[in-house]
Amino acid sequence: MTEQSVGEVVTTGQPAQAPPKRTQASRWRQSKDWIARQLFGLLALVAALMILIVAATLSTRVWPLWQAYSLWDLLTGQTWAPHRGLFGYANFMVGSMAVTLLALAFVVAPAVLSGIFLAEYTSSRRRAFLKPLLDLLAGIPSVVYGLWGVLFVVSVTRDYIGPWAEQTLGQHIAFFSRTNPSGYGLLAGGFVLAVMVFPFITSITDEVMRNIPQAQREAALALGATRWEATKCVVLHGGLPGIFAAIVLGISRAFGETLAIMMVAGNVAQFPRSLFDAVYPLPALIANNYGEIMSVPLYESALMGAALLLLVVVLLFNIGARLVIIRLRQGGGR
Amino acid sequence: MKRKAISRNWRRKAEERCFTILMWLSVLTATVLLGLILLIVTWRGIGALSWEMLTQVPTGAFYLGGKGGILNAITGSLALATGATLLALFLAVPLVLYLHVYTRNARITQLIRLTLDVMWGIPSIVYGAFGFSLMLYLGLRASLLAGIIALALVVLPILARTFDEVLSLTPRELYEVTFSLGATRFESIGILLRQTIPGLVTAILLAFGRGIGDAASVLFTAGYTNNMPESLFRPVASLPLAIFFQLGTPFATVQARAYAAALVLTALILIISLAAQLSLTRFSRHVIR
Repeated sequence: MTEQSVGEVVTTGQPAQAPPKRTQASRWRQSKDWIARQLFGLLALVAALMILIVAATLSTRVWPLWQAYSLWDLLTGQTWAPHRGLFGYANFMVGSMAVTLLALAFVVAPAVLSGIFLAEYTSSRRRAFLKPLLDLLAGIPSVVYGLWGVLFVVSVTRDYIGPWAEQTLGQHIAFFSRTNPSGYGLLAGGFVLAVMVFPFITSITDEVMRNIPQAQREAALALGATRWEATKCVVLHGGLPGIFAAIVLGISRAFGETLAIMMVAGNVAQFPRSLFDAVYPLPALIANNYGEIMSVPLYESALMGAALLLLVVVLLFNIGARLVIIRLRQGGGR
Repeated sequence: MKRKAISRNWRRKAEERCFTILMWLSVLTATVLLGLILLIVTWRGIGALSWEMLTQVPTGAFYLGGKGGILNAITGSLALATGATLLALFLAVPLVLYLHVYTRNARITQLIRLTLDVMWGIPSIVYGAFGFSLMLYLGLRASLLAGIIALALVVLPILARTFDEVLSLTPRELYEVTFSLGATRFESIGILLRQTIPGLVTAILLAFGRGIGDAASVLFTAGYTNNMPESLFRPVASLPLAIFFQLGTPFATVQARAYAAALVLTALILIISLAAQLSLTRFSRHVIR
């Protein structure tokens, strides 16, 4: 369908007899309509370009840094010492990735299973109870998660998990050795992130699974499959890319999370070698240093560079995952 | 032969049972964690919560354990979230109406939806950094206005996509009937809005809730102050940052106030999210089903 449709045909179209006289009033109504169309279209254009605007504005701020250092040096540099003119993102990138991966290790199985449970297994009444609960969990502000992390996760890590790991696994495997008795670190950060990302992965999995036609399940069930076998069949034929997309969206959410992670991760720029090591994720770097930006040359540029880096990573993840979801919705399952 | 079939059936049933239990466990874990979060925040917060906390602004020595409250942060957060939601509303409503009423071009529609979805996923610290760069270009200082702009970008996709979903649910006949009566597209919007008001209210509440709780975007842009919000061009305090800063002090009394502030914030969010659920059923007088 192109531009004209029902609305215009009625107001401007020609009836069988004489064309209707265009009164002043109708002309005014139509010009209002025209103005609204242009104005709304302009806003839509702005919205469509918004990401580009954000990226371009950040890029212009990063330009001086870009000219002074090569991208390779910035990405692989291990030292962050603005006063000596050293801006290396490597440790922060590794910190972000470590926390995100750990969070994923915690969250993927339970979140996907919960999403499947919501879509396939539960009655609509129980669903109506569980969905708002999930929205609630997603709605809790990140600073409250952070506070909970400090009060609960960090102290449990410090008082119970740490000592336990020290006596058992930590003696043999460096990854579990208790390098940092404070409790703030990779483990606490990963766990808090996992809880924060859980509702996202669950609701997208649920949505994706519900978009798959009912007939598939019915066919499987009619052949004598158990409920789980029918679910497996649905997941394998169409659901899998959607679940994958849900996980990727979860990754990008975790990667950009700022306040909560900053409160529990310990913020020491280093390459983590143990679960208990403190890490310093990229968003925390930006948030922690904005105060002293103006004093050092290129410092501001470097922090905006960190934001741009974050944006690029998240954009790649997001666009990929969204395209998969769109394709699934259009295909509607085979 | 028969025995084999039985053992296979047994295995299938065991698998079914096993995964059902796993699913129940994961859902239960999530529920328990939610309960745990609410419980810990309430339990730690309720002790430090007082009338003084809610009705006074901080005095000079507040962060050393002096007198005062967090009224500045509560009002600041409300001002920020209200401003951001309004700004986002003025962008989102025409934009979404454009998709549904004016353009029939599927490519444009899809591109804008994709953009909004991706914007939803962009971390709020990036919007904060963007707002900060914008401030540097415009020569603004950290202020309520800058905070509102950054926060509006955070809530815009939430508002727009939720409203978009609501509009998608309006019956096709509604358009056809209004057009057949000779209405222009612009005039049909009035009818559409009346039909979708409950959904729009829900979208606004969702956006407002997110706006109140978001900290990373206002960290750069809105600054922090001990005063009440005064003008668009002065810094304002916000509740999440109040929690964050108080928790960062080494004094136990100040940290206890952070717990209380977190309780206030969580309670606000819970009320808003409940209202969002209710609004779907309450404001449905004009909705044709």
